[in-house]
Amino acid sequence: MSVLVYVEQVEGKFKKSVFEAVSYAKAIADQQGTSLSAVSIGNVADSELNELGKYGASKVLKVEADQLKNFVNQAYAAVIAEAAKKEGANIVVLSNSFSGKGLAPRVAVKLEAGLIDGAVDLPTGDFSVKKTAFSGKAFAITTLTSANKVIALNPNAFGVKENHTNITIEAFSPEVKSSDLAAIVKEIVRATNKVSLPDAEIVVSGGRGLKGPENWGMVEELADLLGAATACSKPVSDADWRPHSEHVGQTGIAISPNLYIAIGISGAIQHLAGVSSSKVIVVINKDAEAPFFKVADYGIVGDAFEVVPKIIAALKAHKG
Amino acid sequence: MKILVCISNVPDTTTKITFTGDNTQFNTAGVQFIVNPYDEIALSRAIELCEGGKGTVTVVNVGESATEPTIRKALAIGADDAVRINAAPRDAYFVAKQIAEYAKSNEFDMILCGRESIDYNGSQVAAMIGEFLDIPSISIIKKLDYDGSTATIEREIEGGKEVVTVSGKFVASCAEGTAEAKIPNMRGIMSARTKPLQTVEAVDVPELSKISKFETPAPRGSVKLIPAESAEELIGLLHTEAKVI
Repeated sequence: MSVLVYVEQVEGKFKKSVFEAVSYAKAIADQQGTSLSAVSIGNVADSELNELGKYGASKVLKVEADQLKNFVNQAYAAVIAEAAKKEGANIVVLSNSFSGKGLAPRVAVKLEAGLIDGAVDLPTGDFSVKKTAFSGKAFAITTLTSANKVIALNPNAFGVKENHTNITIEAFSPEVKSSDLAAIVKEIVRATNKVSLPDAEIVVSGGRGLKGPENWGMVEELADLLGAATACSKPVSDADWRPHSEHVGQTGIAISPNLYIAIGISGAIQHLAGVSSSKVIVVINKDAEAPFFKVADYGIVGDAFEVVPKIIAALKAHKG
Repeated sequence: MKILVCISNVPDTTTKITFTGDNTQFNTAGVQFIVNPYDEIALSRAIELCEGGKGTVTVVNVGESATEPTIRKALAIGADDAVRINAAPRDAYFVAKQIAEYAKSNEFDMILCGRESIDYNGSQVAAMIGEFLDIPSISIIKKLDYDGSTATIEREIEGGKEVVTVSGKFVASCAEGTAEAKIPNMRGIMSARTKPLQTVEAVDVPELSKISKFETPAPRGSVKLIPAESAEELIGLLHTEAKVI
């Protein structure tokens, strides 16, 4: 019995959310009195794989077949399930990323495992795990009663914890059926200069109060200065002022950054659902009655076009 | 072309979420149930793809008879017929297995779901159906075109998108962007009453998970207001007090 963590690489590198998943999986391995193995698929340099040892993995299975260069969930799930069998792992941990969401369910079916996605805490007693439910309006404590278990961890829920361990790298080449590669990746478009929203530690978000897409310059400037991702409310993406991929809320992306700054967003229940697990919330709105102030940690009642430039100037001064 | 669209019966987005039975049951008293908003997007795209007699759309729901008004709503939006698999949806594995079993005995070119349900926020069913049927599944898509044999799909990835093609059967879970959710018109509402709604019995599925309790988020402390004239003070507070920058 052991724990296996899938470490998703992006262009040969691991992101913070991967180290977080490794840290979380290591904590579970410690709970279970067992060791942690990782499985990496695609081309990743050994120096990068060795990084996983910092967070508690004692072994990494390196799967580098050319046909697995691009993410195809059907094939990747087959590899992860084979890795779990090889390692005798009954618990598989992944990050609840876009790719993870397509992968974890397939792994769970292959292993006839119960699956918890959106986990926000470690398992307790009878393997009960707290997960988000009702789009952030509640949590569901879900118990996995199956012998095999799969957990997809929400970004920013556990944090990265160092746990230096000697790590060995082992090449692993399970057979992949050609039918598992039926989906063909034609193109990957990734904005390299932007922080991705689900992983972001700080998010600056704009609403209808900004009056039009031409006024997003200050939102982007503030985000750049903070190393933050930009986001928006539903009316803004519905009006095509900003892309749908930036819409946070109940029917958009649910996020839980350390800092969420909402500018000109009134805070409808559907919006709050997607952002209320942010650790610190700042609300800037000219309407003192805006419901968002009720869940904010810091609030400024004022005109965004006067307030935000002041904040930008103060931030520039703060950064020296 | 035949498209199967999976729909969940979920509480309306404005619902105040409360629990009963020592926080073990979702309190449905006074709650309006709707078609899961993402499933509506999937359904709308399916209807668009079938426009002009190019195919038919079947909606499937795993639920007890109380979900029938939600299924009729999907028929009013424009699905041709509906199937209700008669069982309380236990977890995603249970639901996916039921739908996969139904799809095995009824040929479909594609199966569309919403990216997640807004109640338990699993985004599991689509990929699980794919695995049960051993066909590709593409999760969280933003665009879907189909030329009769090959689908070209845009999938969301962190900070961008990926374009994927699939020939043959597949499952996809749809997010915003895939289609504008259609609103039922009067003709749709009238015809929905007489469209076929078939009930099939569920198959046995082992229990792998169960929800043992619900919790509501801890209430936040009260807001600290900063006067607009001294907005710059925010940066100091975020640095020294909240310690987030």
